[in-house]
Amino acid sequence: MAGTATSIGSIPRRPAPRARSGALNWVHLRFFNGAHNVVFTLAIAWALVLVVPDVLRWAVLDAVWTGPGSACRTAAGACWAIVAEKYRLILFGTYPYEEHWRATIAMAIIIALAIVSAFERFWSYALFAAWVAVLGVAMTLMFGGVFGLASVGTHQWGGLPLTLLIFIGTVVGGLPLAVLLALGRRSELPVVKALCVGVIEITRGVPLITVLFMASLMLPLFMPEGVTIDKLLRAQLGMIIFFAAYAAEIVRGGLQAIPFGQTEAANAIGLNYWQRTRRIILPQALRIVIPPLMNDIIRAFKNTTFVSIVGLFDVLGATSAAIQDPEWVLFAPEAYLFIFALYFVFCFTMSKYSESVERKLAAGRNF
Amino acid sequence: MSREPETSQPMIELREVNKWFGDFHVLRDINLTVRRGERVVVCGPSGSGKSTMIRCINRLEAHQEGTIIVDGTELTDDLRRIEAVRREVGMVFQSFNLFPHMTVIENLVLGPTLVQRMSARDAEEQAMALLARVKIPEQSRKFPGQLSGGQQQRVAIARALMMKPKVMLFDEPTSALDPEMISEVLDAMVELAADGMTMMVVTHEMGFARQVANLMVFMDDGEIIETAAPDAFFASPRSERTKLFLSQILSH
Repeated sequence: MAGTATSIGSIPRRPAPRARSGALNWVHLRFFNGAHNVVFTLAIAWALVLVVPDVLRWAVLDAVWTGPGSACRTAAGACWAIVAEKYRLILFGTYPYEEHWRATIAMAIIIALAIVSAFERFWSYALFAAWVAVLGVAMTLMFGGVFGLASVGTHQWGGLPLTLLIFIGTVVGGLPLAVLLALGRRSELPVVKALCVGVIEITRGVPLITVLFMASLMLPLFMPEGVTIDKLLRAQLGMIIFFAAYAAEIVRGGLQAIPFGQTEAANAIGLNYWQRTRRIILPQALRIVIPPLMNDIIRAFKNTTFVSIVGLFDVLGATSAAIQDPEWVLFAPEAYLFIFALYFVFCFTMSKYSESVERKLAAGRNF
Repeated sequence: MSREPETSQPMIELREVNKWFGDFHVLRDINLTVRRGERVVVCGPSGSGKSTMIRCINRLEAHQEGTIIVDGTELTDDLRRIEAVRREVGMVFQSFNLFPHMTVIENLVLGPTLVQRMSARDAEEQAMALLARVKIPEQSRKFPGQLSGGQQQRVAIARALMMKPKVMLFDEPTSALDPEMISEVLDAMVELAADGMTMMVVTHEMGFARQVANLMVFMDDGEIIETAAPDAFFASPRSERTKLFLSQILSH
């Protein structure tokens, strides 16, 4: 076959063809692009026309925002007055009323530091130290008994501070445990491996409620006489183990995704097990599993609601208690909608954050 | 180049080494001595056990029978001995195995700072000197994924040299490279050989072998079939299997 040759540069470079743009084009592409799309767009628009005005009338126009329960009974709309009336009880549960400011500060500094922690540029040992300090201050505020603060036992804790503390305790205690369980499950030492497999499989094999009952009712039976563990601490331990068992399997997936050549290369330059695990394997494995781990972390936030079954008043439990008031009992849905919104704000924020981390990982570092 | 007799203790000694993968007898009665400063090139068809053999020398694979002594230390299950040997032996892999989450310079300084407790500053100085030696000092702050294959393999060579090893093992260092990048890696290895490094290289690059080897080792089916000085090895191979192998890889 005869060939031809072209000298380099003889074919001119051209700009890529332009995509069509403009608002009208966008509307056309997204909403009216083909017959079935037109049908969907019209059907959904019709449904919105039917629903939105009623919802708006109930939730905003006819709603009662303040006042006693009797004002709500005559109104056609939502009774947001229940939130205005009961928000202290909902947010702080059984925490002593005049000490609410302490719980508020504790919550505020935790949330503030959580926001700071979301930015990668602050990730350092200093941030770790900041967490230790903030949790120390928050616990001191919650417990009291020093610096002239009245002592408040954990049996009086409740509401959002309790939810946040259990959630943070679960993640802070659960993630390291999850990593250890995952490493242990891959261990060549049979006893370590069996122990880790046992903890993971047994915990994953039962509902969270059972784990909490176990921690709450059974654990004291195994304790030596005279030794008691705080009820909150018991529930916290149950939450940590439950979270760790699931997260361990996610971490294990990440560990398995790291090519064995990484271990061999680390061995070849003389690193020992912990050196190569900490510096080579874990940084890569954890990076891979951040999205599924965030999913589990969000679930851990919602799972805090389970502690109400062992008698702790988290923010949902406190809400249930708040609506027992006969004057307001009719307006429970509004109170629950408020809680719904509260949970949604927290979970949606975490979800969006997880998405941004995922995007950053996909774009960054060629790895 | 011929083997010169040396009275001092050998660098690597394999005596009657046997290894099985399950029931598959992958190394059979391997006997080989590598002296200080010697460059040994191991060749043979794929599956002949050559990679397994050199991976036994720093215990990435454990042999089941026989004796392997590296610089006077016998390899056993004793972790301290294994770590002692690994400190003396550098290894370069076919697939580079750089740490992708670290920059080039971080890849290099990790070993010395963790294992030898070298100060970060000294380690970085040494790393830059080695990167200059493999001719990529300007890539030091990049991540491995941003480099070409040839550049990555040269980083891997520099990383192994950071530990100041007495022996360098190369397990098919150019097999995963695009053809135009092979020579830049081989050049770095030739330079290393010229500096007197003891080297064991599994490769099919026969031009490289002719240029640097003191000793050629031909393996097939888990056995060492033939060892010879390169001149004799290429000019007049003794076994039929060696002849066949050489005719196959040199015919192109």
